Amino acid sequence: MFDGIGRRVVSLWFPRLASDRVLRRCPLDGPFALTQKISNTDRLYCLNTQALRQGLHAGMPFSDARAFCPDLQTAPVDLPQDDRFLHLLRRWATRYCPWVGLEGRDGLVLDVTGATHLFGGEDRMLTDMRMRLMRAGLSVQIGMADTRGAAWALAHFGEGVAPAGDPLPVLQTLPVAALRLGDKTTTALERLGLRKIGDLASTARAPLARRFGPDVLMRLDQALGQQPEDVTPLADPPHFGIRMTLPEPIGLIGDVMAGVSRLLDQLCAKLQTHEMGARVLVVTVRRVDQDSQDVELRLARALHDPQRILPLFERGLAEVDAGFGIDQLRLHATQVEPLRAQQITHASTTQNGSAGQLEDLVTRIGARIGLENIQRFLPADSHIPERSFLIAPVAYSEATRGAPWACTQPRPLTLFQPEAIAAHGPQPPKRFRWRRMSLTTGRATGPERIAPEWWLPDDNWRTGLRDYWRVETTQGRRLWLFYTPQNPGWFVQGEFA
Amino acid sequence: MQILDRPHFPPAKTRTHEVYGPGAQVFAFVLAARLGGPCLWVRGGWDAAQINPNGFAPFIDPADFALCNTKDQMQSLAVAEEALRDGAVPLVVMALHKPLGLTEGRRLQLAARDGKSTGLALISEGMGSNAAETRWHCAPVFDPEYGGEDSTLHRWELKKNKSGTLGVWYVRWDRASRRVVVVPPAGK
Repeated sequence: MFDGIGRRVVSLWFPRLASDRVLRRCPLDGPFALTQKISNTDRLYCLNTQALRQGLHAGMPFSDARAFCPDLQTAPVDLPQDDRFLHLLRRWATRYCPWVGLEGRDGLVLDVTGATHLFGGEDRMLTDMRMRLMRAGLSVQIGMADTRGAAWALAHFGEGVAPAGDPLPVLQTLPVAALRLGDKTTTALERLGLRKIGDLASTARAPLARRFGPDVLMRLDQALGQQPEDVTPLADPPHFGIRMTLPEPIGLIGDVMAGVSRLLDQLCAKLQTHEMGARVLVVTVRRVDQDSQDVELRLARALHDPQRILPLFERGLAEVDAGFGIDQLRLHATQVEPLRAQQITHASTTQNGSAGQLEDLVTRIGARIGLENIQRFLPADSHIPERSFLIAPVAYSEATRGAPWACTQPRPLTLFQPEAIAAHGPQPPKRFRWRRMSLTTGRATGPERIAPEWWLPDDNWRTGLRDYWRVETTQGRRLWLFYTPQNPGWFVQGEFA
Repeated sequence: MQILDRPHFPPAKTRTHEVYGPGAQVFAFVLAARLGGPCLWVRGGWDAAQINPNGFAPFIDPADFALCNTKDQMQSLAVAEEALRDGAVPLVVMALHKPLGLTEGRRLQLAARDGKSTGLALISEGMGSNAAETRWHCAPVFDPEYGGEDSTLHRWELKKNKSGTLGVWYVRWDRASRRVVVVPPAGK
C-alpha cells in the first residue's frame, strides 16, 4: 500500500472486564467474583485479583468457591451491561485512532497505523493508554505488532511490543494457544509435541494441513503477516442533534422560531435519509448569561416533516424567558423510531390530511395534560363486561376500524363499580332504592348469565356467577342489574342509553 | 316515523351548546353519530363511571372516539378550547361539574367559531353559562307499550335557544337508520 508506513495494530485485552465494571461502581475490599448460572449451577464468571490469589478460578462452582474462601463477595453477572460497557470503551478508544473494532467479548483492536506519532511514539502511546485505563480502574493487557494475530497473541500471552518487521522472533516462544485456535486443536497440537509457535512455524506445512485442516495454517499465516486480516470498525449510530450559535443574541419569539425552523429543516433531512421519525424533541435555549432552558415536545406519532413539527413548538417556546437574549439554540431528537417512507397515493393523501391534523391536535393536548391521558378503546376478547375492551393511549396504539364490537346482547352505555341494593330472591325487585332515588321496576328482561373467568383471578368476581337483568324503571332510567345466585345479593352495574 | 331534523337538531354547528339531565350522555352520542367523524370526549380523570365502547358502538365506531382525562375543570376547558379552535374533530364533548362563567362560555363560543366545530358541554342543572347557544334537558321516559328492547324513549326539551323557538320532543334511537326518530309521547 504505502511503502513508508508499515501497518501497526494494538490489541487491548481486559481480563477482568466484568468484575472491574462492577467494582468501579462500588469499590470493595477483599475477594470478589461475579457468578453466572450455567445449566442450573452458579459458577464463577469473573474474579478480581484478590480472589485469584486465594486460589479461585473462573468456571469453578460457586459453592466450592465459598467453601475455599468464606469471605468471598459475589454479584450476578449482567452480560448485556458488560457488552454496553465494552462499546463505551470502544468509543473512548477512538481518541487514539479512528479504526477501532471489537475483539470478542472482552477486547478491542486498534489499527494505529500512522497515528502513533501524534502521541509521541509507540511507547508513549501505550503508556498513555495504560495510565488512563488504570485510572479508570480497569486492568488491561496490551499487545502491539504488525498484524492483528500477533497483537492478540502478545496481549493474551506475555504482553509486549513486537518491533516492526517479521514478528516471528517475538512470537516463537509463545504457546500455540496464542494463535486463536480452539481448545481441541491446541490440545492435539501439544500432544504432537508442537508446544510453541516457533515449533509450528518450522514444521512441514503439508502434513499439518492434512492433519488439522486449513485453519491452523491460516491462523499462523495471519499472525505472521503472510495472510491479510482486517480490523472492522463499528459504525457510530447516527446522532440526531444540531445546534446553532448566533453572533448576536435574539429575544423575539418570531426570531427563535425562525432559528428552530432552520435547525428543524436540517434535522428532518437527516431523519429522512435514515428513515427515522422523531418521537421526542428537545430544544435547548442558551442565554447570554449561560443559563439554559429546555423545551420538550412529545409527539403523538413519529414524524420527520418540518412543516408539521414547527407549529407544535410554538406553545413551548412562547414560555421561554429570554432574559438578556439567546445566543445558542440546540435541537436534539432524544427519542427516534423507524419511519419508513410511504408511497403517496390519492387515497392516502386525503386520508392522512385529517388524520395528520388529529395527531397534531393530540400532540398539543398531550403537551398540556400528558400524552398518556388521551385514550382510546380497543376491543378485547372477553365476556366479562368490564374486560371486553382495553384502554390504550392514542399516541401509542393504532385504531382498529371495523372491529367486532357488536355484542349479541345490548350493553349499557356507562359501567360503574357494582353498587349494592337491598333486595332478595332471584327475581328482580319491584321497588328498590339506588343512589338515593326510589325506583319502581316497569319491565325486566333477562336473565343473561355470565360466568367469571376462572383463569384470571378478579376480586370483583369473587361472588361467582352473575345473572344480568335489564330493568326499565317507571322513572325512565334503564339499569343493568345483576343477581349473584351463589352468594345472594343484588347490584346495579350500568345504565343503558 | 319522523326523523328529528333541522332547524332544531343538530343544533347549530360552529357553536357550543349545553345539555343536562340524566340522558345527557345519550344526547352527546346521538349528536356525534349525526355529525360523523371523530369525537373528542373531555372529562375529569376522577370520574369513576366508565364509558363502555360496547354500549356506544351502535352510535359511533369506537375507533372514532378519543377520551381525554384531565386534572380539573380548568384543564378540561383549556383542552376543549384548543380542540375546538383546531377544528380537527367535528364534535368536542366536555363533561363539567362546576358552574360555567360567562367568560369561559364566550371563549368556547369563539373557539368553536374559529375552528368550525361543535362543542357540547355536559353540565349539572343550573350551572350553564349565558353564552350557550342552546341548552337542552334530556331525560329517559318509561314507555309501557313499546316492546323493543334496544333503546330507551327520551324526552328532549329545548330549554334555551338564542336563535329560534323552544320545543319538546319524544325521541327514540333507531338502530337501522342511525338517527333519532320522533315518536308520540308515551301512553298516548
